[in-house]
Amino acid sequence: MSSPESSEYKGTEAAPHGKARSTEWPLWEIFIRGQHGLSHRHVGSLHAADAEMAIKNARDVYTRRNEGVSIWAVEASAIAASSPEEKGALYEPANDKVYRHPTFFDIPDEVGAM
Amino acid sequence: MSTDPKFEFLCRMGDNALVLGHRVSEWCGTAPVLEEDIALANMALDLIGQTQLWLGMAGEVEGAGRDADKLAFHRDVWDFRNVLLVEQPNGDFGQTMMRQFLFDAWHLAQLTALIDSSDKEIAAIAEKSAKEVTYHLERSSDTVIGLGDGTEESHRRMQAALDLLWPYVGEMFLGDDVDAAMKDAGIAPDPAILRAGYDQLVGDTLAAATLTKPEDDFAHRGGKSGARHSEHLGHMLTQMQWLQRAYPDATW
Repeated sequence: MSSPESSEYKGTEAAPHGKARSTEWPLWEIFIRGQHGLSHRHVGSLHAADAEMAIKNARDVYTRRNEGVSIWAVEASAIAASSPEEKGALYEPANDKVYRHPTFFDIPDEVGAM
Repeated sequence: MSTDPKFEFLCRMGDNALVLGHRVSEWCGTAPVLEEDIALANMALDLIGQTQLWLGMAGEVEGAGRDADKLAFHRDVWDFRNVLLVEQPNGDFGQTMMRQFLFDAWHLAQLTALIDSSDKEIAAIAEKSAKEVTYHLERSSDTVIGLGDGTEESHRRMQAALDLLWPYVGEMFLGDDVDAAMKDAGIAPDPAILRAGYDQLVGDTLAAATLTKPEDDFAHRGGKSGARHSEHLGHMLTQMQWLQRAYPDATW
């Protein structure tokens, strides 16, 4: 994604392009609910100056082909995320405990897809 | 050229959408940020979609076998009926958004009035278009406020854009014989009655944007009658119509 500072205006006049500011539009993570009854799903991210603009940009970037009925925009900095380095400690213990996975049951055909 | 006022009126609606749609599409790939690039392209596509409806209907009304494509690509400057405002060059991003806002505010008022048109087909096109234009206006007025009440640089550019484009606002509200015929038939409103609401809306938005509306209400005219387009339209058409001029009736 581009930021306002790094891109050139297609100007009517030559504007001196000064040093890039340290600030730029914040990054927003966008979640869209495709149909009533389903949950919101992460579809991507974009830059916007504020929440209202983030929703508008999301409408244009991600729902153009009628994908959504509801949009959430969350400022990326507000998301708490697990760290990739902790992968081992967090997830590996689950790998060798096969009994935690319900793979030993024969599921009758009549049940259908689960 | 037909002189049927209904054909003229439909060409005016269609040509406004066509010329502005093409202008906005010129930003594709070069807008200041990716998000705006996509938003502008979406808006251009909305306008081209509306063009197909208006000019398609114009072709049927004319009954001379011309469809929307023929009207868009096989007419020369003097046959275009768009207002002068929409053919003005993009300039910088602020100028493009100011032009958009000044047009959207009129466009939505016009389409809203057309929903009550005595012509059911026109009413249906207006209703569909009004939904799209409601969003265009929301977006363009937000941008005008954001940039007008932004940094010193963005404020200066927006004021310059407003000063440059204001003389093209008046034409949208000047009626002529075509408008009188449309009003008598209950097809479209008298352009002048839309002015009060427009001034209110534009005044509020410009105030929020800390921009000063020029006092002089001088209005350039000649676009919607086709009498005198600005030099910019011809240049735009050489780009827009190039393929049809070089390879007449080419198809995919």
